Amino acid sequence: MSNIPEDLYYTKSHEWVRQNEDGTVSVGITDHAQDLLGDLVFVELPEPGSQLAAGDECMVVESVKAASDVYAPLGGEVVDINEAVAEGPELVNQDPYGEGWLFRLQPLQGDLQEELLGADAYQEFLESES
Amino acid sequence: MTLKTPLYEQHVAMGGKMVNFGGWKMPLHYGSQIEEHHRVRRDVGMFDVSHMMIVDLEGPQVREFLRYLLANDVGAGARPGRALYSCMLNEQGGVIDDLIVYDRGDVGFRMVVNAATRDKDLAWIGQCARHFDVALQARFELAMIAVQGPAARDRILSLLDGRVAGAAGLEPFHAMDGDGMFVARTGYTGEDGFEIMLPEREAADLWRALADAGVEPCGLGARDTLRLEAGMNLYGTDMDENTTPLESGLAWTVAWEPRERDFVGRAALETKRAVGLSFRQAGLVLEGRGVLRNDQRVVCGSGEEGRITSGTYSPTLGRAIALARLPVDATDSCEVDIRGRAVPARIVKPPFVRNGRSCIQ
Repeated sequence: MSNIPEDLYYTKSHEWVRQNEDGTVSVGITDHAQDLLGDLVFVELPEPGSQLAAGDECMVVESVKAASDVYAPLGGEVVDINEAVAEGPELVNQDPYGEGWLFRLQPLQGDLQEELLGADAYQEFLESES
Repeated sequence: MTLKTPLYEQHVAMGGKMVNFGGWKMPLHYGSQIEEHHRVRRDVGMFDVSHMMIVDLEGPQVREFLRYLLANDVGAGARPGRALYSCMLNEQGGVIDDLIVYDRGDVGFRMVVNAATRDKDLAWIGQCARHFDVALQARFELAMIAVQGPAARDRILSLLDGRVAGAAGLEPFHAMDGDGMFVARTGYTGEDGFEIMLPEREAADLWRALADAGVEPCGLGARDTLRLEAGMNLYGTDMDENTTPLESGLAWTVAWEPRERDFVGRAALETKRAVGLSFRQAGLVLEGRGVLRNDQRVVCGSGEEGRITSGTYSPTLGRAIALARLPVDATDSCEVDIRGRAVPARIVKPPFVRNGRSCIQ
């Protein structure tokens, strides 16, 4: 079964979002997404400083098998990217919710509960998809 | 309808991630396809290839028939034990399938063809065989396990002991019959290895015995990256009915001599060869960042365009590689269109990796 931490928010395109104390959010792809993709070998991160609208294709992760777009879960500015995953994409497979985070966003507006799925809702969504 | 090989339960029990592959439920990997890939390059791994179709051919005219059916030549005289890689062409010189045919001496020949093409292959072989005294038998009841890697020979010899006397002396690209088992020193990885064909009811026992001997299972994912590193074509992407062997990197498999041997597609290939080719197959190694994928556009120095026929990430080289169909005069370098970015790549002659070592400078 896929790991879905309780304290995160999710999208139907399999990104996760963590609320940080400084008001930014961290974004990654879920355990389910990394499992579907298989071994990741290339990550093309967004440009720091770029402005994203919710739903934008903002970066690409590629496994041996396939390339997959990652969508901005919220609108906002990219304030930080995880260079470590560009060097070692396997971090995303090994620790999708920790070391394998992808970028941090300063959201334009921040009601995560309203715009994103909670852990239970994401779990239900996965079950409905399978 | 989804087909399952006799090893399906073994795959599930071993944690195989099962996917649909040409109508078959097959394991993509058992955790990490990159680890499985490295294991075959460095030690040994096993693959279930029971979805491929085995066809036995016999009869007084079987040799004559194969010399007509195949672009490569099984030869006028018997060479028992020899394996031969060949394309089977249509009259236009297009590739209906690629296959391996084993000379079994007095018993006849055994052919292994691709899973996805099996129905059209059987129909075509049957149609071509009408004027020959030959009998075909599709051996759906046989399973096939490929054991590949530098340690394959050491690991399997004790298991074959008693069943296949003399397996220790089997030369590369040769095969022999044993007690209800057929063993070939062939494969699709660029490493030493064996392909073992046996009755399906015995397949699970051999699979488990191999696992107990330390041979770990590998999925179709690793099979694809291994064959691509080895510069081996995949039917349906690197060549098909609309391309000839000449522009698919398979000219070496066309036996032009003896000149009087008339095989299906020969006239079309000779015309093509006389007129000159516009495209040829080449290997690409990506210089910039990214992953090469099937169907990406390649722009060569002359401005002419080619296309990637199969691309992937090479676990051994740690960079992206591809087989591509390029304009004949393209050399040295080119650019690949990766999502709108022009990324530089080097044009090389495959293979990329053989026997565990990089062939790329």
